[in-house]
Amino acid sequence: MRVVVLIKATERSEAGELPSREVLEQMTTFNEELVKAGVMLAGEGLLPSSRGVRVEFSGGERSVIDGPFAETKELLAGYWVWEVKSMEEAIEWVKRIPNPEGEEAVVEIRRVAEAEDFGDEFTPELREREARLRAQTEGGA
Amino acid sequence: MASTDVTRTIEAVWRIESARLIAGIARLVRDVGLAEDLAQEALVAALEQWPESGVPDNPGAWLMATAKHRGIDRLRRAEVHQRKTEELARDAELRAPKEDDLAAAADDPFDDDLLRLIFVACHPVLSTDARVALTLRLLCGLTTREIARAYLSSETTVAQRISRAKRTLSATRVPFEVPARADLRERLAAVLEVVYLIFNEGYYPTAGERLTRHELMAEALRLGRILAELLPGEAEVHGLVALMELQASRTRARIGPSGEPALLLDQDRSRWDWLLVGRGLTALECAYATGGPVGPYTLQAGIAACHARARAPEDTDWARIVALYDGLAELTPSPVVELNRAVAIGMAFGPRAALEIVDRLREEPALDGYHLLPSVRADLLEKLGRLDEARADYERAALLTSNVRQRAALLGRAAACAPQR
Repeated sequence: MRVVVLIKATERSEAGELPSREVLEQMTTFNEELVKAGVMLAGEGLLPSSRGVRVEFSGGERSVIDGPFAETKELLAGYWVWEVKSMEEAIEWVKRIPNPEGEEAVVEIRRVAEAEDFGDEFTPELREREARLRAQTEGGA
Repeated sequence: MASTDVTRTIEAVWRIESARLIAGIARLVRDVGLAEDLAQEALVAALEQWPESGVPDNPGAWLMATAKHRGIDRLRRAEVHQRKTEELARDAELRAPKEDDLAAAADDPFDDDLLRLIFVACHPVLSTDARVALTLRLLCGLTTREIARAYLSSETTVAQRISRAKRTLSATRVPFEVPARADLRERLAAVLEVVYLIFNEGYYPTAGERLTRHELMAEALRLGRILAELLPGEAEVHGLVALMELQASRTRARIGPSGEPALLLDQDRSRWDWLLVGRGLTALECAYATGGPVGPYTLQAGIAACHARARAPEDTDWARIVALYDGLAELTPSPVVELNRAVAIGMAFGPRAALEIVDRLREEPALDGYHLLPSVRADLLEKLGRLDEARADYERAALLTSNVRQRAALLGRAAACAPQR
């Protein structure tokens, strides 16, 4: 199964503070482990929300709001996409993320929705409807 | 933590650690079968102790230490000790100058162990079935039950196959090592074959209702990605990874809205997995970047990449695909490659040229009973407006496939060729 691992922002990540050499080294090693284990599909670190924007939808309106955004703990500092066998495997890997400075941080694991998850419930009619929806949302690009 | 949670945690730890665990112990005891037994014993110990004591901080190290202790205990027992000590001594002598031959892999000794384990599990003394089962067991950490389910086989059969394979490895004294440079390519080909067989069993199941068996594909991809890290200089490893990533990228799109198979050119490309497409194209670049000889997997990945790069079917560079098939036909001539080449020629230069090749292939005994031959021929005949012949061949193809959904699709095309009333 595919999971997205969301690394929540911290005061320090939002302040744009660069990680220490030690943290960087340990994270590089950890990323190498993930690649060597065939688990890592993709991953990126994100710049602080001060460099980001939001587009808010309200009825027909769209308003663009520049960062930074206040609710630090809800923001993201980075993400990985992993292929794992189970949620437990993802949890095991997340527990191994180095945290040499003992920082308070939250990492969230979310499953990517896959058609297989619908199992036999996913009837031909539903498949078709889903296909139509996808065609609408992705414009067939 | 509830004990069921601990059990699931242990399963996950096993998943992550088992291959390296078995590989590490195998280096110590020089016997893959024994190494797996010891690793299993460590797992049982964990299942007994962790629910009481809690999961240790470094579960992998705990398992390794436990298994090694047990290994040393076993080695101490007189008879085994005697034999193994002699073997170890002899092996150490034999091995010393060979270390240079170790594939330029890694500074990490665990990587070398893992590589050795892969080569032993796919050793040519074993039958293909045995290699596949052993690889799934030792390298993917699958249980006998999981392997049996994936291959619609009984647990007993799989268990026997695995234990027989382990006995063969012991009896023929297959050394626990990476093959010497001179043999590396050939032995690597055997490894890649096993990985691709596992992938294909997931991608093209030979029987049953389901079009894909996601798990086997995922295991094969994972193995391939691991191999690419262990042997970064081998073009064909990257080629195989590229091929699998690109094929896997189409999994979702291979099933149409009502569960019927969708052929490549009919697929909704927005449903391709573009993350995997990107990974596949990158892996293909890696294959060429090694500068090594271009092998059959790289060529096939090249063909898959031509499709992946085309945003729409009509953008496909068929002439390039024909050229890649020419290369493939030269390296691995086979009627199946020839059939595919004919399809590409049909797309690049029209159905008439392709039909000539396909008609020649009808004499080919190897393709006798292969549903794709009449199905390709039917498609060409249909394009040439020879509808009666096309319908007969679609019907012939439908009789030959064992996949229910494929059969339905072929009968549908046959019906479409029927005379309009």
